[in-house]
Amino acid sequence: MKKVLSVVVLLLVAAVTYAGGYRVSLQGQRGLAMGHTGVAMVNNAELAFFNPGGLVHLEGKLNLAVGGFGVFSDVKYQNTEFGLSSETDSPTGTPIYFYASYNISEKLAVGLAVYTPYGSTVEYPTDWAGSHLVNSIELSAIFVQPLVSVKLFDDLSIGGGPILAIGGVNFNRNLTRTLADIDGNRSNVEIDAQGVNAFGFSVGAMITPNDQWSFGINYRSKIDVEVESGDGDAVFANVPDSPLAPIPNGTYNFTASLPLPAEWTVGVSYKPCDKWTLNFDWNYAEWDAYEALNLDFLNADGSVALESRNPRNYENASTFRFGAQYEASSKFVLRAGAYFDESPVQDGFFAPETPRNDSYGFTGGFTFNITEKLAVDASFLYLTFKEIDASYDSYFESGQRVPFEGTYRSSAFSPGLGLSYKL
Amino acid sequence: MKKYFNYIALPALALGLVACEPEFENDIIDDAVYTSGEADFSSYVSVGNSLTAGFADNALYITGQENSFPNIMAQQFALAGGGEFTQPLVNDNTGGLLFGGNQITANRFVLATDEEGNLGPAVLNGSPTTDISNVVSGPFNNYGVPGAKSYHLVAPGYGNPAGFPASANPYFIRFASSPNATVIGDAVAANPTFFSLWIGNNDILGFATSGGAGVDQTGNLDPTTYGSNDITDPNVFANVYAQEVEALVATGAKGALINIPDVTSIPFFTAVPAQSIPLDAATAAFVNSNFTLYNTQVLGGLVQFGIISPEEAAARQINFVEGVNFPIISDEDLTDISQILQGPPFNLDPVTAATLGTLRQANNGDLFPLTSSGVLGTTVNGNPQAILGVSVPLADQFVLTTGEQELVSQAQAQYNATIQGLASANGLAYVDARSALQAVADGGVAYDGGILSSTFVTGGAFSLDGVHPSPRGYAFTANAIIDAINAQYGSTIPGVNIGNYGSVTISNNVN
Repeated sequence: MKKVLSVVVLLLVAAVTYAGGYRVSLQGQRGLAMGHTGVAMVNNAELAFFNPGGLVHLEGKLNLAVGGFGVFSDVKYQNTEFGLSSETDSPTGTPIYFYASYNISEKLAVGLAVYTPYGSTVEYPTDWAGSHLVNSIELSAIFVQPLVSVKLFDDLSIGGGPILAIGGVNFNRNLTRTLADIDGNRSNVEIDAQGVNAFGFSVGAMITPNDQWSFGINYRSKIDVEVESGDGDAVFANVPDSPLAPIPNGTYNFTASLPLPAEWTVGVSYKPCDKWTLNFDWNYAEWDAYEALNLDFLNADGSVALESRNPRNYENASTFRFGAQYEASSKFVLRAGAYFDESPVQDGFFAPETPRNDSYGFTGGFTFNITEKLAVDASFLYLTFKEIDASYDSYFESGQRVPFEGTYRSSAFSPGLGLSYKL
Repeated sequence: MKKYFNYIALPALALGLVACEPEFENDIIDDAVYTSGEADFSSYVSVGNSLTAGFADNALYITGQENSFPNIMAQQFALAGGGEFTQPLVNDNTGGLLFGGNQITANRFVLATDEEGNLGPAVLNGSPTTDISNVVSGPFNNYGVPGAKSYHLVAPGYGNPAGFPASANPYFIRFASSPNATVIGDAVAANPTFFSLWIGNNDILGFATSGGAGVDQTGNLDPTTYGSNDITDPNVFANVYAQEVEALVATGAKGALINIPDVTSIPFFTAVPAQSIPLDAATAAFVNSNFTLYNTQVLGGLVQFGIISPEEAAARQINFVEGVNFPIISDEDLTDISQILQGPPFNLDPVTAATLGTLRQANNGDLFPLTSSGVLGTTVNGNPQAILGVSVPLADQFVLTTGEQELVSQAQAQYNATIQGLASANGLAYVDARSALQAVADGGVAYDGGILSSTFVTGGAFSLDGVHPSPRGYAFTANAIIDAINAQYGSTIPGVNIGNYGSVTISNNVN
């Protein structure tokens, strides 16, 4: 026990990492309460997300887990050189999940997972100092995934299934730092597209050599959400009445593409004694798929009226997650965890729409077993980001690079509640 | 049950602890990062002319006022104890003024394109809604009155509608506390703890923009006899400026005095080049042939008779060449020979004699106001032989000659000596706006979006009237003033990023 703890502490100190970008790691109360671990732990139907390869190990015929979170996030920006400051007033995010698993036989289970692994809601005061990069953004993606899980050998099971991703985006920014109409209203564009479908898959495997140890691996593929002409609207407003303006006011079709990157997870779960379980998960997200956010605004005849090129140059990033579970009684199970999330955002590419630098999360929660079959699961996450001096250097005015610089400090708090049911 | 309670209480406690906002180590709002030093910015009052009012594009309009340098400064002062800053905002962004329903000043300029895609300032379409009969009541923080000269600030009745237009100013009529109030009196009544005073620009600018059509009133100590295009006597300036400073510091306020920039640093005088007449070789030879008699016999004869010096004769030679030429102008500093030319031995007709009366060709020392761009090279009364600048001299009002520039800069130097002396005598910040604007005019000043320069339309620093700054130019001015205040009072007010302020406004909604 002591040895395991010291390893954990060492990793805590050594790791300077997290799961940043627009990945939202809130896919289950029990997993989150343990630092969002679970690729190697058989707990409840949350496995449908964490590792479908383990579904076949769930006790009982039918397992259900349903729940949701409230995400209260806050970003502060300031620039001491010019005395500028802003704070987001983002609406509460509400990621949800629903998982079901049905054991057809000892060796075969099928399932269904509905979850929201990607999203971002950031709302700055309109016309703030960085409004030429973003006023507000709301990204969402709902994944719907049928699953099958097969026990190949006593100590090895696999599982997976295709994913239907339903994406939506709403994004508002000012066209430049200064362009405005005759009354000083800043020229602005808002793009909106909802219900954009894309496909992917996830597969996982679990190895359970004995009662104390289990190992898991899971892979979720990259999904490119492609917004085609006609999928959404881009509305330009407050553009001055002049051929010198970049585009006339009005509603345009647009095209855009946003990758939801592939993610690898490997992990281990260890039961030193009956009441304790310790988890370690490592996520590796292939964020380098996100090179740029490129938008083309189209005229009625389909020709490009205006293009917007926004380099992002994300790099692959890891998250190190630790969790512990303590079965206090037959009624109560307590959990705690922590994780380190490495930002995929590189120096000079710190865009305020996803103000993510390295962060660390602290989690906790409990399960209260109301009956043998029904349990209430609760969790919370406190995610804090180090104060960072950062800039976004790929905004241009008349060919001149104009960095957007400042100091950021962010945090998020997310309490969650769910139900688990087994029959 | 107690045992269970603990299990629930623990996460609940954690929940309470962590539900807090992110905090900066040094939060610029909460942690007093910026300090006011010996100054007190809680009540900032600005006093001056159009530059203080936020006038731009030849008009006063709301977004211009919002980008006035005092309003920009007040927002920075707010980071170190500064209070609200209230301005006598006009009604709209069209910019013209009404008096009893009749339009008395023009709408603002915007940058428009014509059918061929050519760019240029044009007057915005629209009906102004700001009627100066509707007096707005203060107190205000901004007492910038467009058009005011130094002595106007202490003149009772400058806001009296009964005195318009002879002795009253339409902008002050709109917000004077009473018809007989003075600008300085109203500013003092606003109880400043800090003030800025920028006045005196118009005491030379009217003379300069009119091409020296006014009178240098140096020696005349009665400003009530001055015309609008005259140069104010430097002693009159010193006297009223001292009164104004005295009235403001008597409140116990600290402040900043801003000096007078060179007229040559504004695009109104630099946009039109001295050489503006393109001619091919044949046309140049033809034009020259018309001046052959004048160049040789007339000027030579006048030197012989001792009427003009050989130097003046040389200066009056007309010579066009293939390429871009200096226009011909009337220079009232030359000896007027129109009468002599009508007598023997020249016996010229009165029209020709008048043309040659004070004629010379311009040189690199002459400045051409923006107003000359509309007349240079145009024909007179549709006569294709009578071309302004080529065969007809450009009138005095379209040229600021070297001699006229000298009168302007002499007065300006004395005003600035007065301002600097009073700043130092009263322990006030002295803002060298002259040097700051020279830097903009002379190669420009780098900022994060490029170079801020005085180039007309494209340089970014000036609005479309060529005289008043753009929002970006006003932001640059605010930074220069903040620097001087910080140096004088030990405050640490941050400047603004001038790249966040716009330059000229584009619109094709024009007449």
